[in-house]
Amino acid sequence: MPRDVAKEDTHPVIRCDSVYKIFGGNAEKNIRDADGAIDVKTLQDAGCIFGVNDASFEVHRGEMLVVMGLSGSGKSTLLRCISRLTDTTAGKIFIDGEDLLAMNAKDLIELRRNKMGMVFQSFALLPHKTVLENIAFPLQMKGVSTQDSIKRAAAMVELVSLGGRENYFPRQLSGGQQQRVGIARSLAVEPDIWFLDEPFSALDPLIRKEMQDEFLRLQGMLNKTILFVTHDFDEALRLADRIAIMKDGIIEQIDAPANIVLNPATEYVAKFTNDVPREKVLKCGDVMEEVGDPSGISDMSVSKDAIIESVAEAVLNEPKPVPVTNGNDEMIGVLNSKTIIHILFSKSSAGTSPVA
Amino acid sequence: MSQLIRHSRLAQFTTLLVVFFLLCLLIEPSESNILWRLPALLAAVPTALTDTVNYLIFDWAPIEIYNPEIEDYEESSLLKEFTRSISGSLLFCIEFIREVLLGGVKTIVAFTSWDYVRENSWAHWPALPWTVVTGAAILLGYALSGRWLAVFVGFATIYIAVFGQWEPAMETLSFVLIAAPLSVLLGLALGVLAYKSRKVEATLWPLLNIAQTMPHFSYLVPVTVLFGVGDHAGAIATVIFATPPMIRLSLLGLKAVTPEVIEAGLMNGCNKFQLLFRVLIPTARRNILVGVNQVIMQCLAMAVIASFIGAKGLGYNLLLALNQLRIGQALELGICIVLIAVVLDKLSLGWANKQVDYFADLTFSQRHKYAIMFLGILLAGSLLAYFGKFIFEGGVNYFYLIPHNKGVTTEFLWQAGVDWMVDNWYQGLQIFNTALIVNVLVPMKNAYLGMPVAATFVLAMGVGYIAGGIRSALVVGGFLLFIALTEWWDRALITAYMTTFAVIISVVIGAVVGILCAQNALATKLILLLCDTLQTFPSFIYLIPVIMLFGVTDTSVLIAVIVYATIPATRYTVEGLRNVPPSLQEAGSMSGVNRLQRLTSIELPLAFPHIMLGINQTVVFALFMVIIGAMIGTDDLGQLILKSLSDKDGIGSGLMLGLCVAFIGLAVDHLIHTWAKERKAVLGLG
Repeated sequence: MPRDVAKEDTHPVIRCDSVYKIFGGNAEKNIRDADGAIDVKTLQDAGCIFGVNDASFEVHRGEMLVVMGLSGSGKSTLLRCISRLTDTTAGKIFIDGEDLLAMNAKDLIELRRNKMGMVFQSFALLPHKTVLENIAFPLQMKGVSTQDSIKRAAAMVELVSLGGRENYFPRQLSGGQQQRVGIARSLAVEPDIWFLDEPFSALDPLIRKEMQDEFLRLQGMLNKTILFVTHDFDEALRLADRIAIMKDGIIEQIDAPANIVLNPATEYVAKFTNDVPREKVLKCGDVMEEVGDPSGISDMSVSKDAIIESVAEAVLNEPKPVPVTNGNDEMIGVLNSKTIIHILFSKSSAGTSPVA
Repeated sequence: MSQLIRHSRLAQFTTLLVVFFLLCLLIEPSESNILWRLPALLAAVPTALTDTVNYLIFDWAPIEIYNPEIEDYEESSLLKEFTRSISGSLLFCIEFIREVLLGGVKTIVAFTSWDYVRENSWAHWPALPWTVVTGAAILLGYALSGRWLAVFVGFATIYIAVFGQWEPAMETLSFVLIAAPLSVLLGLALGVLAYKSRKVEATLWPLLNIAQTMPHFSYLVPVTVLFGVGDHAGAIATVIFATPPMIRLSLLGLKAVTPEVIEAGLMNGCNKFQLLFRVLIPTARRNILVGVNQVIMQCLAMAVIASFIGAKGLGYNLLLALNQLRIGQALELGICIVLIAVVLDKLSLGWANKQVDYFADLTFSQRHKYAIMFLGILLAGSLLAYFGKFIFEGGVNYFYLIPHNKGVTTEFLWQAGVDWMVDNWYQGLQIFNTALIVNVLVPMKNAYLGMPVAATFVLAMGVGYIAGGIRSALVVGGFLLFIALTEWWDRALITAYMTTFAVIISVVIGAVVGILCAQNALATKLILLLCDTLQTFPSFIYLIPVIMLFGVTDTSVLIAVIVYATIPATRYTVEGLRNVPPSLQEAGSMSGVNRLQRLTSIELPLAFPHIMLGINQTVVFALFMVIIGAMIGTDDLGQLILKSLSDKDGIGSGLMLGLCVAFIGLAVDHLIHTWAKERKAVLGLG
């Protein structure tokens, strides 16, 4: 599903500048003593643990950034810094240009009530409230009347396809259904920013796949700015506009899925990308070549956003290079069968820049 | 490696025992020998405490107070006026509930005057007919937990009414209905504070420990001095005793709320109050309601003890009956208290376990069906009572209230039973009694009294060192030192000897019964049900049958203690054995263990830490009962506490004695908990 990032919107919705979250060992005091300078070595010697280490990035309107890392990599901590569920040790975070860390409690509550929604790994539904009441909860916290909030919640129930179960309690729902409630609740206030903390990790593989499709469907409709945390690299590839891969609190690489697969920045990232079937990730536009001889090309054409896997057979059956077109049917490059064969059968490397 | 540590522990322990006995033999028993008995350095503290409290209440911060009776200002102290106003409002609340249930004029008097009531014959609050209360209780039972509870509640209330105990039972109930909500609110508030602030929690914790191990009796004197005598004083003593478990369970429940739920609340834009009242407390609902259940149980356990300081009701009548050795009557009253306890226990547990239901799409009558049914019961009961006036012309209106002693009584039957037992079994029981006292109890008591203080310290601190290192040794030593420096060390030794004796027997019985019952799922269920039921009985109840059988002797006390303390020993053994993880059981089965091997090499080692916690409970229960046994007549700390009740300077000594008992309990508690925690960590049981 193609999703274009609105590049013309110059203000990032989320901006992190050298964000640090440091646990233990009197981190705050040590940093104050060093006049705000953060020396990783000194702090680690003092017994500090880096949850997030110098994270800087931007997320633009309508973009989905997936933060991927194994457990303990600091991905959830980073998410909690940006939602201010945990205090950031150092650095700056801007939401829509506003300094998040400088906000007082009242402004923060206002921000959460109107601009933020969050989905949790363990669903975190209130056990004493029905589906409808759970979804209406954030609205009621804002002061929306019971009647209006329930009406709005009923609409949300339809959105996540839970019709007929409005009056069930969380204990009466399966994991997938509970997470649908969690998603509906997080969207009830129509937030601009949507945080998802491993939303599908607690679900069975088949349900997970179903929920990912559902999620993509919702995002296609709503076009939110999303920060999505997962430990599942395949999930990240499937969903992301950009992926940030974290290890020990450091963002190892942040880039579009195809670029990560094609050009893993570090050996750690390469470990994830090695086993990824490239043909399922790469798009025609990622591997096309310059148009050489315009006369010797095929009659058929492929879209630059088509996944290689879906066109591989047709391209291989074509003796001449196949043109790649953009949205306006203009030819922007060609695809050679040699490239496809390389992608399909070369184990250790792909594309134009092989990795050792 | 672990083998080595275990052996070294055994070696340490053997060495400790050898040193202990050597010290016992070597130290000269003489009053001037400091190794034999420490000097009573704290002997002056009780008097000082009494004086301080008396100063605070009578002389500190004098203020002018207008007295409407003499129509002039008089001098009083701030604290006295403060406690007096608390007493007044509490008493008003209790009287109010009591008059709703039983009728009366005091509530109306509170708003008008005695003259007004005397002049207007209509100014009399009518009682709720007992049929209405019964119906409402049955309805409540049905609403909370279904048909069976309704049947049981009906049986219990009708029993109470028919046996003519309605009035005292309602008096007790009115007292519980005030003390319990007060304790719940106070406990919840403190629990929330402790949850919010680590400092509050750290301060509250030791206070809770002491409050829960102090014998009930020792609160009574200070409460009477501060608040006077009467129902309100009983209620206050009850609140002090019933609040700690509520605090603990609220805190436990709040801490068990998963961080993600709290984060979800925050991300949904809750402010502090919304987070507390709409997320935290509803999510912790079950634990908090279990706390409510505990509070109600404590209130009933105090019903008898509070009657020492003037609380009316079943407890007061029971105390009178026991003092007059009217066993039959005491039994009937005891059964009433037990019935109320079990009913309230089941009702509150039903409430705790009840899941919230969804109401919004029901019609008005469906939504309010219980309220409508209650109105129906009220109307029908009132009409019945009204017509009853004509049916039982002139006599007692049995449809309205059955007065005390106008009901059925089986007292003469019980009395005859007791007489028959005295006639036929007296000889046998007496022989057993004498044999036990001469051959076991007296030698054991002498052995305890013959321990030099230095040897006791070496033993206790040594065990502390082995269990939890130098810190535990110091903690235990500190507790003991306090007791040793009071003038009651010998009495404490007697308490210790009675407790030890009872605990040993209880643990043996409990372990055997527990192990046997744990072999079978049905037996497990039955024994746990039995333990649950017995545990709801207020401790005082256990004294009635033993007095019936053994009269007023040490043996009676010990048997009551053993019966009472066997409950936790059994329960924890069963629970520990049944909670062995199934995967380990399966692993055992696949290794081909037989039944005995399974028990000795899988179940018992894994259940041992839990069983030790059971022994800890057994010690606490036994200690409590030994102190209550003072009612029958013992010569330990409990007896002194009981005496301090009737002493006008008893505040200080009552409190100090209470602390002595609490410290014995806390020392044992500390040792066992430290050890069980370490074992659990070793076994990876968390």
